Amino acid sequence: MSRLETAFYDLGRLELLAEKNTRIHRLDPRVKVLTTLLFIIYVVSFNKYEIARLLPFFLFPALLIGLAELPFGYLLRKIILVSPFVLCIGIFNPFLDKEIILQIGTLQISGGWLSLISILLRFILTVGAALLLIATTGFPAICMALEKLGAPKIFSVQLLMLYRYLFLLLEESIRTVRAYTLRSFSTNKLRYPIFKNLLGNLLLRTLDRAQRIHMAMLSRAFTGEIKVARSFSFGATEFSYLAGNIALLTFVRFVDISALLGTLILG
Amino acid sequence: MHMADALLSPGIGGAMWAATAATTIYCARKVQNQLDDRKIPLMGVLGAFVFAAQMINFSIPGTGSSGHLGGGLLLAILLGPHAAFLTLASVLTVQALFFADGGLLALGCNIFNLGFFPCFVTYPFIFKNIVRDRPSSRRLTTGSILAAIIGLQLGSFGVVLQTHFSGITALPLFSFLVVMQPIHLAIGLVEGIVTAGVASFIWSVRPEIIACVASEKPRYRIPLKKVLIGILLTFAFSAGFLTWYGSENPDGLEWAIENITGTRELAPPQQGIHADLEKIQDKTSFLPAYRFKAATASNQKDKKQMSIKTGASVSGLLGGILVLFCALFIGFFLKKIKKPV
Repeated sequence: MSRLETAFYDLGRLELLAEKNTRIHRLDPRVKVLTTLLFIIYVVSFNKYEIARLLPFFLFPALLIGLAELPFGYLLRKIILVSPFVLCIGIFNPFLDKEIILQIGTLQISGGWLSLISILLRFILTVGAALLLIATTGFPAICMALEKLGAPKIFSVQLLMLYRYLFLLLEESIRTVRAYTLRSFSTNKLRYPIFKNLLGNLLLRTLDRAQRIHMAMLSRAFTGEIKVARSFSFGATEFSYLAGNIALLTFVRFVDISALLGTLILG
Repeated sequence: MHMADALLSPGIGGAMWAATAATTIYCARKVQNQLDDRKIPLMGVLGAFVFAAQMINFSIPGTGSSGHLGGGLLLAILLGPHAAFLTLASVLTVQALFFADGGLLALGCNIFNLGFFPCFVTYPFIFKNIVRDRPSSRRLTTGSILAAIIGLQLGSFGVVLQTHFSGITALPLFSFLVVMQPIHLAIGLVEGIVTAGVASFIWSVRPEIIACVASEKPRYRIPLKKVLIGILLTFAFSAGFLTWYGSENPDGLEWAIENITGTRELAPPQQGIHADLEKIQDKTSFLPAYRFKAATASNQKDKKQMSIKTGASVSGLLGGILVLFCALFIGFFLKKIKKPV
């Protein structure tokens, strides 16, 4: 599959996941956006050698995956696919930071290895949190939540428009590239002169499309302002979910559960 | 290159978020004041175009690698800087959410690195100065290539600085720069050539599209200065302030607790459940011989102050792994009980 097709498939799959109807999916999107942000800030706020205290944070994604009935393997694969950049930068730590910090029996572990593992854990947690947010909420709802939380209206409308036309343009690009591939002995990569013209043509068609959309909007009484008919309810469930999450997250952040459990066993 | 949450400290991430949010609000006001309602659908569709176009590769002759469009500069050429910044911000938001490029905290950094520099630095000061209001194919090409290269150099410099000041990696600033800047010189060159190719193509078939934006008077220069100064000040203040805290106190949040309660960690009470648990602990510890406390206490004195107490961290690690397993178990358990329904 080409990158275009993979992207198309991914978007569709996440959108399908977001359409589920579980307890988590039904919550007001604002609550989910806020708890996700708090979660990420707490996770990155530990010092760079911290491993043990990051582990309890896996409780939250595990709970969400369980309650929202999401496919664990699919999400994990998505996280691993984007790891190279972080790995590239983190991999130098073991070579640069050789001070021994942890000793388990005779095994000595340097600060570099600890911080590399810490970076990877942070990576899984933060990226996972973003994916879980989209898989439990859906993009349109997140845009609404952003607007309600104070983002400029034109920005959220812009996000919605982009998302609406993303599927169309991806499909159009897939068709165009496929047509080229079929006529060029299956070479997957384009040569630059062809690439340039192909992209230019796609852009022209896009501009024409924008004009048509604008006409259509005008004929439906568009005056430059977008009105959205959708109401959110911030009820008792939302409030208790938010309060519970903040309390639990703060507890895990400031109380060293791992050490408590560890000393319980080791004495 | 996308910045990632895992390499960021909350201070730097927050500062960049503030800078990006300020720029977004400023751009939103500007675009709304222009009151050209054609731009609203145009921005949305062009955003989708950039998104799709980034995934079409072409082969770079003689290297075996491939290149694609970045989009920031092309959007600025087609839409003008304010609308382009908003469009690019939305493209990056979608990428952060669906394709996990970077993450949500790093989104501020990414929008700033990939959006602010091309839209507000290289487009007005380099591209506009070369193309002026009389575009030609040659001017478009030189302008695009130069602007793209410098824009990406600034962007990658931003990534390096943000990573360095976050202090999560051990990479020295200089060697990180030596690796990043040449790579982005190449990426910038490819980006410039692609942007130039597409822009000249559009110029040759539908010149009015580019002429329309090119004729816009650059009135924004004066307010832009104010915004720039504002952003720099916020950034310098919050980053400097937080970094100073960060170095004084290894853990900003713990420091906050210390201020509130007077101790660094919340002390367990001497009576009640904690004391009872301690009694249970003596009976339940199945590996009492593996205490590391005594062994490491003397070790620790020789070495200078370390950031982690060894004895505590081994048991902490064990406890953490236990919690991790509990978490996984709970997750699977919840799924299992849902299945039959």
